[in-house]
This record gives sequence, structure tokens and C-alpha cells, in this order.
Amino acid sequence: MEPFDYLSPSSIEEAVKTLASKGDQARIMAGGTDMLVQMRAGRRTAPLVVDIKEIPDLNVVSYDATNGLTLGAAVPCYKIYQDETLSAAYPGLMDAASLIGGIQIQGRATIGGNICNAAPSGDSIPVVIALGGVCNIAGPNGTRQLPVEEMCTAPGRNALADGEILVSVSIPAPQAKSGASYLRFIPRNEMDIAVVGVGSSVQLDASGQNFVSARISLASVAPTPVFAKEAGDSLAGKPVNEETIQAASELAQAAAKPISDMRGTIRQRTHLVGVLTRRTLNIAIERARGG
Amino acid sequence: MTSNQVLSEVEYNVVGTRPVRPDGVDKVTGRARYGDDTNLTGTLQAKVLRSPHPHARVKSIDTSKAEAFPGVRAVITAKDLPFASLSKEELGGDYTALKFATDHMMASDKVLFKGHPIAAIAAVNGHVAQSAMDLIEVEYEVLESVVDVREAMKPGAALLHEDLRTNDMGETADTPSNISTHMSYATGDLEKGFAEADLVMEKEYTTATVHQGYIEPHNTTAFWNSDGQLNLWTSTQGSFQVRATVSNILRLPVSQIKVTPMEIGGGFGGKITAYLDAICAVLSKKTGSPVKAIMTRTEVFEASGPAPASWMRVKIGVKNNGKITAVETEMAMDAGAYPGSPVMQAIVCAFACYDVENGKVDGYDVVVNKPKSAAYRAPGAPQAAFAVESLIDEICGELKIDPIDFRLLNAAKEGTRRIEGLVAKRIGLVECLEAARDHDHYKSKLENGTGRGVACGYWPNRGFQSSVVMTVNYDGVVSLIMGSVDIGGTRASIAQQTAETLGIAYEDVKPTVVDTDSIGYTFITGGSRTAFATGIAAISAAEDVKEQMISRAAKIWDTSEDDIEFVAGMISHKSDEELRLSFKDLARQTATTGGSITGRSSVDPSGEGNGHAVHIADVSVDQETGKTDVTRFTAIQDAGKAVHPSYVEGQMQGGAVQGIGWALNEEYFFDDTGKMLNSSFLDYRMPTSLDLPMIDTVIVEVANPGHPYGVRGVGEAAICPPMAAVANAVTSATGNRMRSLPITPGKILEAGWDSVKS
Repeated sequence: MEPFDYLSPSSIEEAVKTLASKGDQARIMAGGTDMLVQMRAGRRTAPLVVDIKEIPDLNVVSYDATNGLTLGAAVPCYKIYQDETLSAAYPGLMDAASLIGGIQIQGRATIGGNICNAAPSGDSIPVVIALGGVCNIAGPNGTRQLPVEEMCTAPGRNALADGEILVSVSIPAPQAKSGASYLRFIPRNEMDIAVVGVGSSVQLDASGQNFVSARISLASVAPTPVFAKEAGDSLAGKPVNEETIQAASELAQAAAKPISDMRGTIRQRTHLVGVLTRRTLNIAIERARGG
Repeated sequence: MTSNQVLSEVEYNVVGTRPVRPDGVDKVTGRARYGDDTNLTGTLQAKVLRSPHPHARVKSIDTSKAEAFPGVRAVITAKDLPFASLSKEELGGDYTALKFATDHMMASDKVLFKGHPIAAIAAVNGHVAQSAMDLIEVEYEVLESVVDVREAMKPGAALLHEDLRTNDMGETADTPSNISTHMSYATGDLEKGFAEADLVMEKEYTTATVHQGYIEPHNTTAFWNSDGQLNLWTSTQGSFQVRATVSNILRLPVSQIKVTPMEIGGGFGGKITAYLDAICAVLSKKTGSPVKAIMTRTEVFEASGPAPASWMRVKIGVKNNGKITAVETEMAMDAGAYPGSPVMQAIVCAFACYDVENGKVDGYDVVVNKPKSAAYRAPGAPQAAFAVESLIDEICGELKIDPIDFRLLNAAKEGTRRIEGLVAKRIGLVECLEAARDHDHYKSKLENGTGRGVACGYWPNRGFQSSVVMTVNYDGVVSLIMGSVDIGGTRASIAQQTAETLGIAYEDVKPTVVDTDSIGYTFITGGSRTAFATGIAAISAAEDVKEQMISRAAKIWDTSEDDIEFVAGMISHKSDEELRLSFKDLARQTATTGGSITGRSSVDPSGEGNGHAVHIADVSVDQETGKTDVTRFTAIQDAGKAVHPSYVEGQMQGGAVQGIGWALNEEYFFDDTGKMLNSSFLDYRMPTSLDLPMIDTVIVEVANPGHPYGVRGVGEAAICPPMAAVANAVTSATGNRMRSLPITPGKILEAGWDSVKS
């Protein structure tokens, strides 16, 4: 590991100023569970590491039933799943937060960092996309918002411009008769990278028998997390049954563009997208019905 | 639900109990000293530059820039090793062996695997050494590589060693080849045996390269005394083995080298080979400072010694009643870059569980562009057991015979002559099979979507040399000094055998593992030999102590030694009841009766009893994803006599768990050229605690006649059955036969798709 400088700003302004002046010499660190590993392995160099954990705005966890959730980019996973209100409101998000890495990793790893690390396999990204999450970004020119599905641009690359920082992620308040779920396939039961991951959210009508809307997102089947918009849209206005779910899972498979590597083949991954889309939709439906 | 049963034949006072291990508290409180805890003043850190290519000729190495880098104290290449200045004439018949041994430590003319050492740097710290590595300029001529064992055997395959010629049953071939050795054993009349069979089945099997996965990476610290004595502190399973390796490579007399074995964080056979010791020694010599090296996990995967991948063909003929009439196998194992795979043990163990009249086994040791393979728990036997036990399960299915009944019908027992000629002494395979048949697990009903598999396994176990010294302190506590490195609780198990023999409490024996200057030659801790062979050395040294104590009592009581007996820790006059001394009372009087008492023994016992294990595995397979979960697992094994049943159970469970890893997920992924792609624990998938049920155990005790307490080795037989047990269970759950390890979810899905197609 090469030596590096370390800064821990205490405000967004300070962080943005530093980042803007250092350009690509600076790298933002939240939990560090990806970045430090990459630096040790020589896969990333960072002459200056900017630790954002001391910035109050990035540690915010605010939730109310009208405005939904604002989750600071430096909030570790364990703080999310140990919050009973959040666990009840967003069980789909908990699926992801509680399976990233292992217990020790969850003590440091953040959803914001997971999104910015922009790995195709990032476990929290599909479900945050499915939940309609939006990134709140601060930079030298003020603030802007970007849907989470537009945040990852290539493996390891995100949409942040020089000097910009992800402050938080906003997730809309859960509506009545809505539910979400995330499942990933790994050969073991923990400590692994998704061969395929699928996050689904559904909104049902009052009867619980028909879809109002749905969003489906996929991990590890393309260079970036995939928002399978057509797959989710196909369910809008349709009855909840095996046929509609099967049709959506086939559209999700069509949206997947996997490669064959040591973790899985194209055929295996495409097949698993179908299986996990059906399974996540069924869990989301069950949760929406108050399951 | 978990159960641990012990089916005992004989009970003792200390042997067979479960005392606290002497090293346990220090280990769980962080006080135990491992290799990395060796911190001598002024220690330099060493880093090894390794080949990025699996196969290349080394055209030139320029270390000048690295040597000039601030903080670098020395850089070495193969030129700094004695072999470079020795001539072929001088070495004669030792030339090739020394070239292989030296080149394996540091490549001279060719690199033969990715990770092959090419140079090493000692610097003021590891970061400086790491930075300086980029400044070493190596010019390679990249050569075509070969990684698959069967490809490497083909005529025309890329050759690793231009002068390697096949030793075919003692005959040396004319042309160079990657096949280092072909060996063969046969018994009976093979043709007649297969002709008599009602059913003959023949299948091919493959297994992947797998790693022992010990938690602690290889590490060494080297420092020379001013009188030229070399000291090494290292993590090893055999301090005398390290001494021999360094002596050979550095051309030093063994007595000029002192190896101190530190606590060890796992070995499983992989810490027998010495990788860093000679490198650190040369760097230390060059700098005059202590030099320490610690491998990274990537280095451990890429450049230590995994277990070989294998290809196996097995053919078995049986009568309709299940009686085996003939067996045949061909097994090829990849040795990695230099000859020496355990294929010999593979063919010897393959059919050792069965009474076979007609059989032939052939083995091929093959070099490929992978790290040189090393021992891994029952080297060679797990691969062979996977193939043979899978085919037997298939035959049982064809004949509709219960797999345990089939094995009971054909089981090897006392007097069975094996294919290689060894006649079995009293062994416990039948007893293990009966225990499996009678176990609640085997009788339980299977749920839908689940499957059950059974398999057995064999490991011969080993004897070899061990030395023990024990001194009686004035307080009656016995200091037990041994050369056997403790990797699996042997300080406890040897102390127990000592206490049993002396008739004293376990707590009154204080075991210590010492360096190579402080005890007689002791072979590695491996081969499931230590509780047996070092146990015999301890028993024999304790007998020596007893004789000396009797003679002291004779002196005190002014009587003949013949009038005195030593029973259950009491020294008594046979006919005068008044004359009695406890071990402690007599210990107190040693100073006034001739001085301290020291018992000693060096042994080389040959009475090791063969080990057998039978495993039952239940799995549930998610038919949609291909994922297998092991839902219940029972390990049954003949321990002869379990000295410390908890550690025997630990060995049985540990072997089962490693085997489950081989069965389901563990494998080296190589690209087409032989570069390993998954050199981390993230993608080299060993089972975690969430991937396993609690492993139930049954210790069967069929006393080994070659040991005073009936002890057999237990460390290795347990890794032989699990692969086939799991594979057979997957077949039972899915209907598809899996003949290639590991049985990944992807392979299970493919098999399902293929079976729909056909």
C-alpha cells in the first residue's frame, strides 16, 4: 500500500473545497470497506483520502411517514437495520443492509459508499433503485439530485463530477399496500459477491390483487446495476398471478446483459435473473399485503 | 440434536478424558507467540518478487535500481544461492534434485508458475521493500503453458523441464515428458475377475486444485549468530524438516542451523514445505540483520503448495449379490511445477477399504504450470476416495443394494491383503460401517427435495522417528519436552499418555515443544503420526523415569529393586506395607538420592494402525438455483483409543468440513495460461459456519495392537469420505450423477438442463 495523505473535514463546504482543489488526486472514503481493500491490492491509488464520517449532514438518518427517508452517505448498515422504525418501513432495504459483507463489514460499510463504489454487484443498489431512491449531491456549483439508477456509469465509476460529494440518499415514504425485497444468489450463505442480485418493489391496489406499479433492478448482470424499467412497467394495472410475474421475469431476463466469468456463466446468470425476479416479486407482494 | 458418541473398548484414568489444553488459554487471550510475534531489534522486512507469468524463460534480471532505493538493504536472486556456483560434475547424481529444490525456492533459468519467486528484497520496512520491487527489471521470454493434467501428458505438450524423462516402473524413457513417474501395482487375475462379474461399470472423475486454507500465512525470521550459527523462527509442522531443507539449499551442516517452531495457525500438510526460510537466511547473511518475511494471502494461494487437481478412471466388476470381482484404476495427478504429487498414496488408498482379489492400480505424476503441490491432509487419498466411492454408489444403485450392506460385504478386515501387498492388521472398518448402519441418522426418513449419501475412507497413518525427554521436578511435576510441533492438541494428548503411564495427574505434566538443538530428531507433525509415535516415545521415556524412581526407592529403603513396584503413581515395597512413597514424595527426595531424574526416549515405531472413516451426508438442493445445503452430517471413525475425545471429534469434524468445501465450492480458477484468478478468501470459497450443520460424531474404538493404549492416528482419514458422501447425496436429491469436483450450483443447473435435453 502506497502512503497517502488523510483529511477529515467537518463540513460539506470544507469537503467540497478540498475535493475541488485536488481533482482526481483526492478520493472520498466513507466506511472504506471497498476503497481500503482496493488500495491494499494496488487496484486504486489515492494520494489524498478524504474521510467524510465527521460531517454531520452525512450522518443524518431522518424518517417520517410523509417525506420518507433521508439517509446520510456515511451511515453504516448496522445503524439502518438496528432502527426499528426503518426496519418496519423498508424491509426490502433491510434485506440488503443486513447481507452486505459480514457483521464486521456492516459496522463500517455504508449504502452511500456502496452506490458510489459503483460495482455491478453492489448489493444495496438494486433495492434502492427499486424503491425509487434519489441521490442528493453537493458540489462547487451547489446541490443537485440524481436518480440512483443514473449514478453508476461504469464498473467503479460514478456520475459525481470533480469536487462533488454524495450527501445523502432520499427514499420516498412507503405507500399503503407496497412492499419490496432484495435477494442475491451466492454459492455459500454469506461473505460472497452476488452471482446475480434482484431488487423488486411493488405497489398493489386496495384489494391486494392487482399491481398499481412495480420497479425491478438487477445486479451482476451488466457493467452497472440495471434498472429493468420495462419489466416493472409490464406489471402496472395487471392482476397478481403467475403469468404476469412470469412475463415480468422474462422482461428482466431480456434486460440482463451478463458475461461468463469464474462466478457464473451467461446462461446461469440469465436463468437466475428469472428465478430471483419471481422470488423477489412474491416476497414484495406478500409484504405489500401485510404478509 | 448434535450428538457425540464414544464406543469405548477399554477405559483408562487419564487417556480418554477431556482435560483443558495447556496452550488453550494463551491462545484465546492473545498471549501465544506466533511467527509474526518474533521481533528482534533491527529486524528488516523481506518481500519476494514473483513471476507474473506461469511459464517463461528468464532472460535477465537487473536489480541495480532496487538496490539504490533508499531503505533497501539487500536484494538477492538465484545467483546468491549456493547452487549457482556448483557444477554438475561436483553434484553428480544430486544435481537435478538440488536444482529443483533451489529453483523452487527461487527461479534461475525458468519460471514455472505464476508466483514463482524471482528475487527478494530486505528493507527497513515492508512498504519500502514493496516499492522497491517495482524497480527490479526482469526480462522474460513468455512460453506456452500447460495447466490441465491430461493436456500435460499428451505428446507435444509444452514441456516444463526439457530434461525430465518419465521413470516408468524403474525404466527411464528416452524422450522428455511432463510425466515424471508412472507407478503400478497389481494382484490376482484382472481379466478373469472382470469376466466373472455380472456388472462392470467404468467412469471418469476429476477434482480441482484446492488449498489447505490455514489462517496464518507462512512466515519466517532469520538471524545469524556471530559464530556462524543460523537461527530460524518459523511457522512449520516440522522444525527438523525446515532444518533439512535449509541445510540442503544453503549447503550448511544441519547442526549449524537451529530452528525454533513458533505456535502455528493451521497447516493441514501445507506447512511441511519451507518456502521463505532459505531466502530470509541469505538476506540476513547479506545484511547482518535479522530478516523477517510474511506471505500475503495471495502469495499463500499462488506460491505455497495446494493439493493437486486430478483425473481418474475407475472400473469395478461385481456379482449380482454385490461381491466385488475385480477393480482397476488409472489416476493422474498434477504435481505442479516440480515432480512429487501424492499419486502413489492415491492408488494405494483407492481400494484399501475393500477385500479385492483381482486388481490393478496405475498412477501418473505429472508436472504442470501451477505451484508445486504439497501435502494436504491424507495427500492423494481424498481424490481417490471421491472416484471409487462415487462409482460404488452408482453400482449400489444399479444392483439396488444398500450402500452400507455393499460395503460390509466387501470390507477389508484383519488379514486382508491389499493390492500393493500390505496385509491389514486389526482394523475397525467393519465396526465403523456397523455404527453407521445403526446410527439414528441413517435410519431417519428423508424429506422431499433432499438426498443422502454414504462413503468410506482410508488412510494408512504413519510411525517414524520421535524423541521425548522428561524431567521430574522437586514438586513432582514432570516437564515433558518434545520436538513434535503441536498443530492439533498434541501437547495435551502426549501429556495425557505421560500422566497415564506415570500414574500421576494430567495437571502434573507440563509439556513444551522445543527447538532443534534441544531435542533429538523428530519427524514432522503429519501423517496422523504424532499422538501415536510421539505418544510411544513419551510412554517409553515415562517407563525410563519409573525405573529410575524404583532404583531411588531401593536406595532409600536399602533393598533390592526387584522388591519394589510402581503402580498407579505409588512406589511400594512388595512385601512391606509400611514402605510406600507417592510419586511426589519420592520426587522431593531426588536431590538427596543422586540428583534429578531425567527420562528419555527416541523411537521409530512401525505399529501404526490404519485409520478408517465412514460419513453420512444429507443435502437439500434448490432445484431452481442449483445451490446445495448440507443439512445433516455424521462422521464415524475408528480412533483405536481416543486419547482426548474432544480433539478427536475436532479432527473428525474438521476433516468433514474441509471435505465439504472440496465437494461443493473450493477450486483454483485459472485463466487459459495458468494465472490464478481467485487468490483470496472471497472467491476461493471455503465453507463458513453458516454453510454447515453441526457435524455429529461417533468415535469407534478398535484398539491398535501396535500401541500400548491402542491409539491410532485420527487427523486424516476424516477428509477422505466427504466428497463422495456429498456427491452421492446430490445424486440422491437430483437424480444426476456429479463426477467432477467441485459440485457448484452452476454444474448442478447444467446437469439438470442436460438431463431434460436427453
